[in-house]
Amino acid sequence: MSCVRETRREILPGVYMTCLQTDKFKTGLLSVNLLTRLSRETASKNALIPSVLRRGTVNSPDMDALAARLDGLYGARLEPAVRKKGEIQCVGFWADFVDEAWLPKGESLLERVAALMGEALLAPNTRGGLLLPQYVDSEKEKLLEDIRARVNDKISYSRYRMTELMCEAEDYAVDVLGTEAEAEAVGYVALTRHYRALLASSPVEVFYCGTADPDRAERAVRDALATLPRGELDMDLGTDIRMNTVEEQPRSFTEDMDVTQGKLAIGYRLGAAMEEPDMAALQVMNAVFGGGVSSKLFMNVREKLSLCYFASSAVDLMKGVMAVVSGIEVKDKDRALEEIGRQLQAVKDGLITDEELHAAKAGLANDLLSAADSAGALESFWLGQNLLGLEYGPEELAALVEDVTREDVVKAAAGIECDMVYFLRGTEEDEDAED
Amino acid sequence: MQRIDYPAIGETLYTSKLSNGLSIFVVPKKGYRKSFACFVTNYGGADRRFTLAGEAKDTPAGVAHYLEHKMFDMPEGNALMALEAAGANANAFTSEAMTAYHFTCTQNFDEDLRTLLRFVSTPYYTQESVDKERGIIAQEIRMYEDDPDDQVYMGLMRQLFAHNPLRDDVAGTVQTIQDITPQVLYDCHKVFYHPSNMALCVVGDADPEAVERAARELLTPESAPLPVRDYGPAEGPEPVRARSERVMEVSAPIFLGGLKLGPAATGPEAQKERLTAGLALRCLYGRSSPTYLDLYDKGLLNGTFGCSADYAAGQGFVIFGGESRDPDAANAALLAAAEAVGENGFDPALFDRQKKASYGGQLRALGDFRSLGVSLAEGCFAGYQPLDSFQALETVTCADASAWVREHIVPGRAALSVVRPKEAKV
Repeated sequence: MSCVRETRREILPGVYMTCLQTDKFKTGLLSVNLLTRLSRETASKNALIPSVLRRGTVNSPDMDALAARLDGLYGARLEPAVRKKGEIQCVGFWADFVDEAWLPKGESLLERVAALMGEALLAPNTRGGLLLPQYVDSEKEKLLEDIRARVNDKISYSRYRMTELMCEAEDYAVDVLGTEAEAEAVGYVALTRHYRALLASSPVEVFYCGTADPDRAERAVRDALATLPRGELDMDLGTDIRMNTVEEQPRSFTEDMDVTQGKLAIGYRLGAAMEEPDMAALQVMNAVFGGGVSSKLFMNVREKLSLCYFASSAVDLMKGVMAVVSGIEVKDKDRALEEIGRQLQAVKDGLITDEELHAAKAGLANDLLSAADSAGALESFWLGQNLLGLEYGPEELAALVEDVTREDVVKAAAGIECDMVYFLRGTEEDEDAED
Repeated sequence: MQRIDYPAIGETLYTSKLSNGLSIFVVPKKGYRKSFACFVTNYGGADRRFTLAGEAKDTPAGVAHYLEHKMFDMPEGNALMALEAAGANANAFTSEAMTAYHFTCTQNFDEDLRTLLRFVSTPYYTQESVDKERGIIAQEIRMYEDDPDDQVYMGLMRQLFAHNPLRDDVAGTVQTIQDITPQVLYDCHKVFYHPSNMALCVVGDADPEAVERAARELLTPESAPLPVRDYGPAEGPEPVRARSERVMEVSAPIFLGGLKLGPAATGPEAQKERLTAGLALRCLYGRSSPTYLDLYDKGLLNGTFGCSADYAAGQGFVIFGGESRDPDAANAALLAAAEAVGENGFDPALFDRQKKASYGGQLRALGDFRSLGVSLAEGCFAGYQPLDSFQALETVTCADASAWVREHIVPGRAALSVVRPKEAKV
C-alpha cells in the first residue's frame, strides 16, 4: 500500500474528517479540533478547556486512572491541542498510538483511542453537571504559569509582542493562550457553560493518519463523537486580512529588559498580494528573503556583516503578515534595521540571482516533501488547508513551487510594507566585552 | 555490508567497518521520500585535553563548536550553501560528547552524501574567516547567556563536577574563543576528524552499498591511532556544592536537580545500564508516575517537567526539573519519592505497565529519522547497537529498576540549581 490515500468527508453535522491511509508510519495519529473565533474575551477559556477535560473522565476519573489506561494502550498519548490558525482558535486533542501491525496479534488501538478521545471531549468527570472546581483551579494556575512564561524565551516573546502591538485592533493580536486577566477571572461554573456552548456551536475538524481504511476510521470517530451536541454552528469563521499598514510610517516600540542580547522583531503587511494569494509564490518570496541559510537575511545580516547569530523571516498566509526576528548587540540595532530593509528592497527590485531563487525553491520543495513523511506535519498542513478551503497536498504545493518565477516573487513582494518595529533592548552590563 | 534483520519491529540494519576505522550504519526506510544522513565525530565540547603519540594538549573551551561553524568552509565555497542550493536541509550540532553534521533531502541523495563526506573531511580555515566567525559565535553565546534553561543546566553541571569539563559551556565563553586560531582548528581536526573516530549513519530511502562506496571513495583508506582523552581527576559521588541560585528575567522559578552516576560503562553493559536507567526514571518521575501526577496535582510541577539520564565525557548523570513555584519543595518531594522506592522497590504492576508503554515510545522513536540516526552514532561510540534495545528491554526487571534507584538516587548526593525571577517569589 505505502502510498497515501486521502479522503475528506462530513461524518456528523459540521464534523469534517480527513483520512490519510498509509502503512508508512509505525504509529497512527488522530486529532479532533473544535474551531472557534479567536477573541480577547474567550481565548483563555478555550485554551483551558482541553486541559481541564484531560484531568479525568467518567470512566477514568483522575490523571492516575487516565495514565494507567494510556500505559495499557502501549504508551498511547492523548494531549490537549490549542492552536492559532489565523484568527481561528483550534481547540481539542491529538493522540498517537502504536499501529496494530506492531502489536501482538488481534490487538488494535484505533477504536480504543478514539473512544478515549471522545470520552475526554464529551464525558468529563463532573459533579452535578459542572466541571470539578479543583481541576479548573489547578489547570487555571498552570495556564497562568504558561502565559507568564512567554517572557522566558526572548525570541518568541519578541515576536509575540510585535504581533500584539502591530495588530492591536485586530483579533490576530490575541495570543492563543489569551491574557492573564481573562484567565484569572475564569470560574468553574462559567467555564462549564462556555464548554457546553463551544461543543454545540463549533465546526469540528478531525484528522486521522494510519493503516486503517477511511470507512473504519470514520466509524470509530463517529461512534466516539455520537453524543456531540450540535446547535447552531458558527460557519463563517475566518481571518480578516488587513492590506495596509495602520499608519503611514512604521510604528516602533522599545522595551527594556535585563538581558545581554537585543532582539529585533519587525512586522510587515503583505499587501495587495493577499487579494488573490499565490501561496507558492509568497512562500518562495519568503524563502528568498529570510527563510533559510541561503536567504538574503542569513547571507547578509549574518554571514557578510556578522551582526547576529540568527535573522530569519516567516509568513502567515492566513493573515497576510510577515515577521522578521533577529538577535543582535544593542548598539547594532540601526545597522541591522537598515540592512534588513535593504534586503527586502532587493527582493522587491528583483535583484535575485538564479542561485538564490533556485536554492529557495529547492529548499521549500524539500520541506514540503519531507512534511509528507511525518504524520504530525501532515496533520498541521491539512488543518491549515482545510481552514483555507484549499485541496492540494504538500506534494502538489511542492510542484507549484517549482514553477514560481522571479517575476512571481517580485509580484508577491511588491506590496509588502513595514508596519511595526519592536526592539527588546538588553540593559545588562556587558561583562565579557574587552573594551 | 553486514545485514541484521529486526523482524519484530520491521527494521533492517546494514553495517560495516572500513579499513580506515569508519563505522557505517544504514537503516533503509521504504515508502519514504526523505533520507537523513549524519557524519558524526566522537568529539564534543568536553574533549579539551588529550594525548596523542605521547604529546599532551590542552585546548580552549569552545574549539569543537568553533570547528563545527568553520567546517562548512571549502576552498570552492560554503558547503552548507551548496547543500541548501541542492534542496537539502542541512545543519550541524555540537554537544558535550559529539559533533554531528547532517542533512535531510528528498532528491539527489548520493550527491549530497558526497558533499557531506567531502566537506567534513576537508579542513580549510583562513585567518580572515576564523576572525569573522568570532562575532557570530559571540552572539550565539550571548543568546545562551539569556536562556534560563541553559543557565540552570550550566549551574547544575558546575555544582556536580569538580574537574570534569562538563562544567564548561560547549560553545565556550566570549573570552575563551578569543584564543582560537586557524592552527588550533587544524590540529583538532587532524586528531578528532579521522574516520577511525567517526560514524556515518543513514536513515531513509537509500542504498546501503552506495553509501559504503561513497565513503570508501572519498575518505582516506588509512587508519589512525585514537587520541587518549583526559577528563581530569576521578570525580567522587558527592557534588561540589549542593545548591546554587541566580536571578534572571523569568516569570517563575526554574529548577534542575541532579546526581552523578559515576564512570559511564561501555559495550553491552552500557546498553543495559541506559535502558535500566531510562525505565527506572520513567517509573519514578515519568509523565504517568505517581510522583509526577501527585506533584502536578499539588501545583509543584507543570508540563515543563522532564528528567533524563545522560552520558558524556566518561560520566553518567541524572537530571530532573522544570518550572516550579517552590523549587525546594518540589526537589525535596522528588528525592523523598526516590528514597521510598529505594526502601520498598517499585510496585510490580506499575513497572509492568511502564514497560509496556516504553515499548510504544521506542517504536514511535523509530519514525524520527534524525534521532534514530544520531542514536546509532551514540551507540557506536559507547559500544552497543541501539536497535538491540527492543530485546534488551525485555531483560530489565522490576528488581533491576528498583536497585538502580536505590544505588543512584541517593538524596544526600543530590545537587539543586535554581533560576529565580527578579521580584520576590509570588
